[in-house]
Amino acid sequence: MTVAPILRLENFCKNFALHEQDKVIPSSAQVNLSVYPGRLTALIGPTGSGKSSVLNGIYRTYLTSSGRILYRCAAGEEIDLARADDHDILALRRSEIGFVTQFLHFLPRQKTEDVVAQPLYQQGVDKEEARARARATLEALNLPRRLWSLSPTTFSGGEKQRVNLARGLTARPRLLLLDEPTASLDPRTCQRVVAQIKSLKKANIAMLAIFHQMDLVKQLADEVVELSPAAEGVMGGQP
Amino acid sequence: MKKILEVNSFSKVYGSGCDCCFAETGPERTNICPGCGSVVAAHDVSFSLHQGEILGIMGESGSGKSTVVKSLFFDEPASWGQASFYDNGSRYDLFELNRAQQRQLRSQRFGMVYQNPHLGLNFAISAGGNIAERLLVAGDSHYQRIRSRAQDLLQRTEVLPERMDEIPRNFSGGMQQRVQIAKALATDPPLLFLDEVTTGLDLSVQAAILDLILEIQHELQTAMIVVTHDLGVIRLLADRTLVMKYGRIIEAGLTDQILEDPQHAYTQRLVASAL
Repeated sequence: MTVAPILRLENFCKNFALHEQDKVIPSSAQVNLSVYPGRLTALIGPTGSGKSSVLNGIYRTYLTSSGRILYRCAAGEEIDLARADDHDILALRRSEIGFVTQFLHFLPRQKTEDVVAQPLYQQGVDKEEARARARATLEALNLPRRLWSLSPTTFSGGEKQRVNLARGLTARPRLLLLDEPTASLDPRTCQRVVAQIKSLKKANIAMLAIFHQMDLVKQLADEVVELSPAAEGVMGGQP
Repeated sequence: MKKILEVNSFSKVYGSGCDCCFAETGPERTNICPGCGSVVAAHDVSFSLHQGEILGIMGESGSGKSTVVKSLFFDEPASWGQASFYDNGSRYDLFELNRAQQRQLRSQRFGMVYQNPHLGLNFAISAGGNIAERLLVAGDSHYQRIRSRAQDLLQRTEVLPERMDEIPRNFSGGMQQRVQIAKALATDPPLLFLDEVTTGLDLSVQAAILDLILEIQHELQTAMIVVTHDLGVIRLLADRTLVMKYGRIIEAGLTDQILEDPQHAYTQRLVASAL
């Protein structure tokens, strides 16, 4: 391996302290992994092994309990995403780090093509250009054209997931986090997603993805990291 | 993005105050000092705001969330603390300015939209007149220019320009909020304060006002502080959120983190009861 990693997790841990129940719920424990430009690292493991918590921790939707998340910025410096200032995280989300979650979060009353183009608008890309790129991805993911000008509110699970994916793929961030990107897609659409992910690799985009289907891992993963469920037990003190 | 506002250790006490005011009040107690009866509306509030960013301040009644914006907008003097406003290469020490300097920032560089339109609008004059008043104070005196600017702003906030000569009393609650927003935007302020602007409006009207606020933020890159008790408003508008209780910030972070992984017991209860 001569390529330097863009992201390194060192002993990443995430616990949830639930005050109401007076409990600490362990989620991810001692996760170490690396993600490289133009390569895909797959996160596998049973439900409850903290895979999503790893992605949420990198994106700061969850606060990290302990460990380091070292990210090498486009500018070259390395910052610890577990401790970086909120403003720095927001700036990275705008320009460098994308996240395709399992659930589509979108502004209500917004057209699908605008939902997909949103990250490009935020990067300051011209509106028409952004819409054109959004439509191209929607086309590639086989979302029927008649849906593009509607809000995704009433879409089916598979349609919403394609909109969600299209948004993440269109933005072309330096680092893309994918949480079960094909969970509710049929095999044919799934293959279209595979083709898109392969083309992102060629564009040197680094990816960290959670997959449950092993054949997708075989097709796409350059590295595989397997998590096991965190040990249950009573923990004292703060998470 | 450039920093536009920085608040350090802001406090606001209503009453005489005594030595134990801060020690005896707070999130685990109340905001009334048992020693002297003073109300500690806000204490040790610090945060920063960048250009084009929307900061949410969330909390229940009496949390001090409105106190923060009222003091920054000079409606109420601060008791302690420091606030710097950065504008066109200058730094303004907000709590040290004299009356004239405060008026100048208020009328030109800040905009405020209140929950109660009676606070933000002059109900004795027309909608267009309200906007004209702000432009006049800001130094414009050209009748036609002021009128056409007022017309543009009302159009922008989706108030029919034909109604610009009517008094605000004739408008619905949602319309009154739109006129307030148009008035606040008249001078292209880089900083806008929104205090419970959708509270008490019909859901569909709320939605339209929130859409408008987002569009404005997109088009004009206006920095905003949004004060609300409504988690939905926070989720929709705010990039970052402060959670306040009895005058203190108990939690601060990215909005999705506050909602998905709240740390404080109070925030966890708040989020759990809303979802």
